[in-house]
Amino acid sequence: MELIVAIAIGVLTGSGVWLLLRPRTFQVIVGLSLIGYGVNLFIFSMGRLRANAPPVLQAGAVLNPADHADPIPQALVLTAIVIGFATTALFLVVLLVSRGLTGSDHVDGREPN
Amino acid sequence: MTDETSLVLMIVLPFAGSLAVIVLPKNARNAAATLAGAVALIGLVLAAGSYRSILDRGAVRSDIQWLPTLGLDFTLRMDGFAWLFAMLISGIGFLVVIYARYYMSPEDPVPRFFSFLLAFMGSMLGVVISGNLILLVVFWELTSIFSFLLIGYWHRNASARDGARMALTITGLGGLGLLAGFLLIGHLVGSYDLDRVLASGDLIRSHGLYVPILVLVLLGAFTKSAQFPFHFWLPNAMAAPTPVSAYLHSATMVKAGVFLLARLWPVLAGTYEWFWIVGFAGMMSFVLGAYFAIFQRDVKGLLAYSTISHLGLITLLLSLGSPLGAVAAIFHMINHATFKASLFMAAGIIDHETGTRDMQRLGGLFRFMPYTATLAMVASAAMAGVPLLNGFLSKEMFFAEAIATHADSILDTAAPYAAVLGSAFAVAYSVRFIHSVFFGPLPADLPREPHEPPFFMRFPIQLLVLACLLVGIVPGLTIGPFLHTAVTAVLGSATPEYSLAVWHGFTIPLFMSVLALAGGAILYLLLKDYLARCEDGPPYLRRLRGQRVFERVVVAVSWRGARFMESRLGTRRLQPQLRLLVVVAVIAAAWPFYRLGFDPGRLTVQGADVSFAGIWAIGVLCALGAAWQAKFHRLFALILLGGAGLVTCITFVWFSAPDLALTQLLVEVVTTVLILLGLRWLPKRSTDVTPGLATTGARLRRYRDLAMAVTCGTGMTMIAYAVMTRTPPATIADFFLTKAYSEGGGRNVVNVILVDFRGFDTFGEITVLSIVALTVFALLRRFRPAPDNVAPPEQQRLQRAFDEARPYREAGDTVSDYLLIPAVIMQWLFPVIIVFAAYLFMRGHDLPGGGFVAGIALATAFILQYLAAGTRWVEDRLRVLPVNWIGFGLLLAALVGAGSWLFGYPFLTSYSGYVELPLIGSVPAASATLFDLGVFSLVLGATVLMLIALAHQSIRRLRASRIAAQGNEEIA
Repeated sequence: MELIVAIAIGVLTGSGVWLLLRPRTFQVIVGLSLIGYGVNLFIFSMGRLRANAPPVLQAGAVLNPADHADPIPQALVLTAIVIGFATTALFLVVLLVSRGLTGSDHVDGREPN
Repeated sequence: MTDETSLVLMIVLPFAGSLAVIVLPKNARNAAATLAGAVALIGLVLAAGSYRSILDRGAVRSDIQWLPTLGLDFTLRMDGFAWLFAMLISGIGFLVVIYARYYMSPEDPVPRFFSFLLAFMGSMLGVVISGNLILLVVFWELTSIFSFLLIGYWHRNASARDGARMALTITGLGGLGLLAGFLLIGHLVGSYDLDRVLASGDLIRSHGLYVPILVLVLLGAFTKSAQFPFHFWLPNAMAAPTPVSAYLHSATMVKAGVFLLARLWPVLAGTYEWFWIVGFAGMMSFVLGAYFAIFQRDVKGLLAYSTISHLGLITLLLSLGSPLGAVAAIFHMINHATFKASLFMAAGIIDHETGTRDMQRLGGLFRFMPYTATLAMVASAAMAGVPLLNGFLSKEMFFAEAIATHADSILDTAAPYAAVLGSAFAVAYSVRFIHSVFFGPLPADLPREPHEPPFFMRFPIQLLVLACLLVGIVPGLTIGPFLHTAVTAVLGSATPEYSLAVWHGFTIPLFMSVLALAGGAILYLLLKDYLARCEDGPPYLRRLRGQRVFERVVVAVSWRGARFMESRLGTRRLQPQLRLLVVVAVIAAAWPFYRLGFDPGRLTVQGADVSFAGIWAIGVLCALGAAWQAKFHRLFALILLGGAGLVTCITFVWFSAPDLALTQLLVEVVTTVLILLGLRWLPKRSTDVTPGLATTGARLRRYRDLAMAVTCGTGMTMIAYAVMTRTPPATIADFFLTKAYSEGGGRNVVNVILVDFRGFDTFGEITVLSIVALTVFALLRRFRPAPDNVAPPEQQRLQRAFDEARPYREAGDTVSDYLLIPAVIMQWLFPVIIVFAAYLFMRGHDLPGGGFVAGIALATAFILQYLAAGTRWVEDRLRVLPVNWIGFGLLLAALVGAGSWLFGYPFLTSYSGYVELPLIGSVPAASATLFDLGVFSLVLGATVLMLIALAHQSIRRLRASRIAAQGNEEIA
């Protein structure tokens, strides 16, 4: 399982980095989202992968921390998802305004010579 | 009052007073002056009150911990030397305030002036009574800043701005050097405490870092005291109001440099390097300053160069390394402060009453203002070193030191001649000042009719001149004991025997004094006619101006240098910047593995689930496809992006993170809608680029980027795999798991972490979210989208033609008909989604859910309405006020956080318990739930605001095209 997730992280990040270095704004926004997935999965995997662990504490049961998945990376990723959403939205609008003002969707605001 | 309190008050009061004065109305001259004067007077009384304790204990101290781990404490320490300066600063400060009340014109914003003056006084007091080197530098730089503000007080005047900027640049740079020097000292001594540094003189002098330390500290001291070759800022600072010059450029700020030299004298002085560097700078400043002063036309210019010269004298005395020299230096610091402050004030009166400071235009003023003239004459005589005045005493001591041999060298041999020469120049410029201003022919074309100034403008000068006389005639009874306390504080056991008597018999110093007085008088007689009509500045040397060099350097560094750096290192292109970022990230990630080795762990596919592998096969294809198609097939890439997001979402579910999956899913929906709304404003594919025919350069760039992408991907895979196959160390996760219910009152640990344990982070995060939403709103408010460059698709054209052909149908009816059933379903879903969101919110603390998810879910309900019925239809029926929701959410979260203060807990401490509700039963109620409600409201508002802002663009386009169409019809 670890291998699959590791490869998934690599592919998501690699595709994202490729797009990040492209000249068109839309490519960059898709690339940022892909990197976002990869990084979120990466942070999440730092708490190790646990299938079938109870997601919440059971009422009345004696608590054994080893039964549960690590909540810290999850909390971090939850925050990261929301902030990622905000930055994507902001970038999208900057992209549109830049396109409206310059008439170009190149990341530098003008077509290369 | 204890000595500690009075020490702290001495620093705090001026700054508090400064804040109080600045809020006074612009024309409140009397209130501002009274307040400032009172603060200065209280400072004087506080300082005077500590004198007994200083006599008893040597010094008074106050220690307040500031950053103890960095060895940085707010230590105040006042010994006899610092006391003398504190008295000077607050005493002359008081007199300057009185003087300034009458000097400043009613049109000037006077509260600002007094506010800066008080703040400067506080900083200057801070410099002299700091007991910690770093604290000293802080106050030192504060004096530079406030002197900048004071010199530039008349900021509409270009020369005031230039002078202020030059003073700040020079003294500020010196202050940085001083900081570096002090850091080195602290490194050597192991402490920044002044007492410990003063006790470590031998250690510092014998260390290899002594010369760097010396040079850096001297850089600070010389720039502040306007010593050669940094002297040129002082004459340019004369554009300041005269009270500022009287205070800063005679008694206080320029004295900070020599104060520091005397303060660190036991630590740094006595070496060969000290003798040469300090002695050379001092001698040059002393002789050249006096020479330049003779040839100034401006009264204040003359006084400024004279100040440089006198400070040079003090520096020269300190350079000798002999205790007697240090005594003379300290004595001259006080004497110079008194006579020079009074002379500046006199110059201010002359300027104020006649409207000019040009000595070639002035003359014969004795007839109009005999009192002021007499006072100025006495003070000038003190400056020239005439017997029975204080200047004479310290000058005698200076002559005595100049003829003594200290370190056999040219400098030492030259010292007596330089001393006589400089003193003769001093006599010449003093005589010139008095003669050309107060005597001679009456001025013909003065801007104003001169007369005596108001009494209180003269009063400070009277007091200072009285001090000059008293100290000059009976030094032993007046300054003697205080000087002795100050000297002992600096020199300690090395304090020499010295005599303050006026008459020492017929000695060589007396002979030198007579020589200087006579020589100076003769020099003036010879130069008199030349001076009455010459250009400004000394002959031959007037071209040699430090100011011009300074300006050249400033231009070279700040303009040419910056341009050069920008053209060589800068780029406006995004791609190279991002590439650099990626390269740095890769190096930073690879570096530890390169140094410590990399062990990927055992490679195994054991335990892999086939269906999971299948899901990720799709995910990987989606990601690669999105990367491949994002250039020409945006919609396709967006769908593939969504696919990758969904697979990520499934992974979260698979590995026991339902909260993440839920949030990811909803965020995915909203992001996709957002991007879909934006797609129409992107340009269509350019037709003049033929695919597959890329240039070699472009192809190479692609290969390079591909290599970078593959490197990043492989690296992430390797690191992630290596970490995941290792057993985790003990983390703080156990803490959160065990405390989530007992202290946070919730069973959903992730949610409890977010709204309770790490509530402050979440608070910051939602603030960011609201800022982003408002930015989006603001950007789109004025945005005119690019015109569609794609013609309407065929289906749309056919539908419109169908509608237009039938008179009973309106344009767009067919589309509405097509979407009728989905639209009805979407409208019906509105209440359902509201309930769903409420459900997600309520269960958040114990089960997967929470404010974030609920907010986004509800936002989708709104966007569905917009999609189903159109913007106008929705906004006719619903009042959507997302900005208010954002404000409400942020306020609620902040109030809940602040609420815990009422119970004496830190910000955002939460309280949890259960509440019995009728019919429903026991319901968990934590204050964190209210916080979560704030989060919910904010997320909802932010998301809806962004979506609506984008959706409104299409209405705006319609409106714009309709206006354009109407315009065309009218023209037709």
